[in-house]
Amino acid sequence: MAGGGPSGGGSGSSIYRGAAGRLMLPGWLMIGLFMLVPVLLMAVYSFLTQEFRGGVIWRPTLAAYDHFFLNRGFFGDEPPVIEWTYLTIFWRSIWQAGLATLLCLIVGFPTAWFIATRAPRSRALWLFLVTVPYWVNLLIRTVSMKFLIRDGGPLNELLNALGLFDGALGIVNTNLAVQLGLFYSYLPFMVLPIYAAVERYDFALSEAAADLYAGAWETLALIILPVVKPGIVAGCILVFVPSLGAFLAPDLLGGAKAFMIGSLIEEQFKGAAGNWPFGAAVSMVLMTIVMGVLLVYARAQAKGGK
Amino acid sequence: MMARKIDLRHFTGFRAITVLCLVVLYTPLIVVAVYSFNASASITNWGGWSLKWYLDVFTGPEAGKFRAATVNSLLIAVTASITATMIATAAAVAMHRAGRFRAKALSFALINLPLMVPEVVTAVASLIFFTTLGFKGGLGTILLAHITFCIPFAYLPIAARLQSLPDTYEQAAMDLYASPREAFKLVLIPLLAPGILSGFLLAFIISLDDFLITNFVKGAGVETLPTAIFGAVKQGIKPNIMAISTLMLAISALFVTLSWLIGRAGQGRAERA
Repeated sequence: MAGGGPSGGGSGSSIYRGAAGRLMLPGWLMIGLFMLVPVLLMAVYSFLTQEFRGGVIWRPTLAAYDHFFLNRGFFGDEPPVIEWTYLTIFWRSIWQAGLATLLCLIVGFPTAWFIATRAPRSRALWLFLVTVPYWVNLLIRTVSMKFLIRDGGPLNELLNALGLFDGALGIVNTNLAVQLGLFYSYLPFMVLPIYAAVERYDFALSEAAADLYAGAWETLALIILPVVKPGIVAGCILVFVPSLGAFLAPDLLGGAKAFMIGSLIEEQFKGAAGNWPFGAAVSMVLMTIVMGVLLVYARAQAKGGK
Repeated sequence: MMARKIDLRHFTGFRAITVLCLVVLYTPLIVVAVYSFNASASITNWGGWSLKWYLDVFTGPEAGKFRAATVNSLLIAVTASITATMIATAAAVAMHRAGRFRAKALSFALINLPLMVPEVVTAVASLIFFTTLGFKGGLGTILLAHITFCIPFAYLPIAARLQSLPDTYEQAAMDLYASPREAFKLVLIPLLAPGILSGFLLAFIISLDDFLITNFVKGAGVETLPTAIFGAVKQGIKPNIMAISTLMLAISALFVTLSWLIGRAGQGRAERA
């Protein structure tokens, strides 16, 4: 999303005029064949009939979406009522992802601000410290979090020793554990775009605000936040979108009650459920939400650019 | 100019939150690293310092499994990131040096498609695609999937570098009778090298990091390091997993530090020039 728009830079140069097709061809082929076609095929699969050993029968049906939205009773002959099971999982995912985004913003904005306002030398060092965990494997970070917060784990023992808590912590397999995992996984995604926005911030604006007797916090709310908003929105999307479809944090840190969309989808393909059209339909619903969020973002960006 | 009494950059509490942020980011990693040196066979009790779990990683009963998974991971990451970087470089040159062409906006959207689609959806779509075509899951399917999702990650830094690079150097080379091929090889590629290198590194790490897509397309019996670790963790966190995690952690930290130091040295040179 950041940098490298299609319109930039290419206006005057014509060195490779006419070669665009040849240069783009490998990219078109790879992503077209192994990304676009699969997603379209998945859309088709969501309208096919379930084969019970996994896979599909090529007979069109709306059964997957019907199963997602409507409950027709065990034998399928009762009057349809709204099926809450999957909507609840979606709602929980949206809530968890939204909360993780908010937490990341609360911690990430001050961090990004603080780093961006250091002297260039120490700025690089602070930024480096924040980015190192981002490069560590997500699975390993999630496992580390689980090790830290599990019953009888280091955090548990520390709290017991300090007398702040007695007995087992009981965090693992709750929504709280998943929340911690999501927050931990995607925090660097919030810091980096906000940092980039604050770095470009013109402090003459703050000076002007101060000349007009605005206090520091007033300046933050009325001047700084609106100006660096694009960075904040980018950070929020970079946290919200992967959190919504996250698999590792809910699977390793959550239990049956903390089930999220990623786990629901995985279960249809790799787990016991084995309902491919339904899994494809759930993926379609997830993708629709994500594309909706990205569309709103693109609209806002386009409007802001004018 | 009169010096201001209040520092306009300062907000009370921001330093404390930054420190908190770093504590949160590092605590789990440090805790696991420390416990990987635990001499006790139980992960809960501390039995003094020991390297025995590191020895176990290389010589223990599961050593063969993890060695094979590591070889697969490296093989795929190297092949996928090199291929993705070449494709991304060509695409970036088309986007920023070929002027206007038909389907330019569409090409840009296509290049960035893997960033837009949620990872679990990509995983499902790839599984469906390979199954429908009758591709057997294995190194081949993992490689194809990895090349595809690595392209935008390699593209971003290359395109950013290319965008900030005026084409006057290449124009000058062509005025001096360099062929387009020579201008590309002898002028553009060297100037673009830092972007290509960081694109390659990013793609490499992204490939090495991937669990979800790999898990869907890998087929039975083929493991990469993340899928092998995930399988082991499902049966409970064991000390040897913590040793492997710490090793991977150390390698990641080494990688970033190197790329940071190289970047800083390059910056210093640019400032002097």
